[in-house]
Amino acid sequence: MGKTIYSFFPGCSLKLSNHENTLSLLQFCDMVDIELNELNDWNCCGSSSAHSINHDIAMQLPFRNLSLVPQGLPLLIACPSCLIRLKQSYLKLKNDPDLQKKYEQNWGRPFDPSLEIIHFFELFKRIRLRDHINDPRAKLKGIKVAPYYGCMLSMPPDLRKEPSYYGLMEDALSRLGAEMISFGYETMCCGTYLSVAKPKLSEKVVTQIFSRAMDAGAECLVTACAMCHLNLEIRCALKNPIPTFHFSELLSMALGAKDQRKWFPKHIVDPIPLLKKRDLLKTRSKNNN
Amino acid sequence: MIELENGHEDLTWDIQKQSGINLSSCLHCRTCTNACPFSEGMDYPPNVLLRLIQMGMEKEALESSTIWVCVGCNTCCSFCPMAIDIPGIMDCLREKALEQGENIGEPDIVNFHTEVLNTVEKYGRAHKLEIMMQYKLKKLDFVNDFGVGLKMLKKRKLNLTPSKIKDKKALKKIFK
Repeated sequence: MGKTIYSFFPGCSLKLSNHENTLSLLQFCDMVDIELNELNDWNCCGSSSAHSINHDIAMQLPFRNLSLVPQGLPLLIACPSCLIRLKQSYLKLKNDPDLQKKYEQNWGRPFDPSLEIIHFFELFKRIRLRDHINDPRAKLKGIKVAPYYGCMLSMPPDLRKEPSYYGLMEDALSRLGAEMISFGYETMCCGTYLSVAKPKLSEKVVTQIFSRAMDAGAECLVTACAMCHLNLEIRCALKNPIPTFHFSELLSMALGAKDQRKWFPKHIVDPIPLLKKRDLLKTRSKNNN
Repeated sequence: MIELENGHEDLTWDIQKQSGINLSSCLHCRTCTNACPFSEGMDYPPNVLLRLIQMGMEKEALESSTIWVCVGCNTCCSFCPMAIDIPGIMDCLREKALEQGENIGEPDIVNFHTEVLNTVEKYGRAHKLEIMMQYKLKKLDFVNDFGVGLKMLKKRKLNLTPSKIKDKKALKKIFK
């Protein structure tokens, strides 16, 4: 069976400072017959900073990325924040013919009104995990996971008609045998750059997230955002916090990925003891610190 | 509906025009404030900030810490019963505060954003290590978070060299 091809916008957080997230994401897609073609010469989406201080730059950065998407391929984005930036810019263009003209002059490509921009989560409506896996319920058996979405389910009013993915990680991971723990702080924002500029403020929130998850009996958190993952790992003030997985790591593990030893040593909070305890590590990792 | 005094309606009008949001639609139900994860780090909670704008209290609004502490997580506006794009309003206020050279409520946060955009202008992509070094240099703070930085370097969460895009001309166009 041929692979379905998507154009892929990785973004800075995922590609440049979260190698384990990138590797496991590519693995997962490969295993479910999806080919991700990285957007050629993509640039930063502007992150939280461009729209905070300069709205022209905040529009132009995503515009250039949109102009790079090959005709006919849907654009897949795994970072929730990049998704909002690109999608908002795209909708602005779509609703403003004058802006489209400027865009076309500036980037030398016609505006594509049929471009589809989707989040990684959307794939779960298009594939069936059980087609790619035998005995799915045994794969993550016994592990107690608290799903953490951060701000990714919250949309600004102009994107309110976007599909809602509430409960998606719970659904996918419980099908693979994990026990999902509800803890009330699933959608509490991690604070993004406040982690740098107001560390005490983000420490308080992140520590609350962990305390609540641990009180509820979770053995680990799982997140689908590279930025959240970093903040959760560096801003928890508890002495022995539980580890945080990327959603893509748990998925690829369940599907039988072999290169876990490249991912887990990159975690600041080591997840290997937990995986051993739950007997989920298939091959012994050489790098178990 | 509160009638604004003459001369006090500038900010309200400007923000309304720039953001396309009808500011009198705010009911002050405080849903935004209750939903905001960081309201305790703000001098005015989000609904009070909206009130300041409605009242045309420009100085208070533009010098507030609120407009910088807001990270734009969209939690407030996804719960707002009137679907007011509060983070969008924050964007307008921040830009106005910078344009008019107001006293900035949170200079550290502005420095951070500036350093992020500096690396994006240079390389086309954010370069975390340089952002952090420049940010700390401006702040003359080399002690806090030193350990976190080392851990991140060790785990390759900070790359030593920047990742650069090839099309430098495009960057000139964007940052003209």
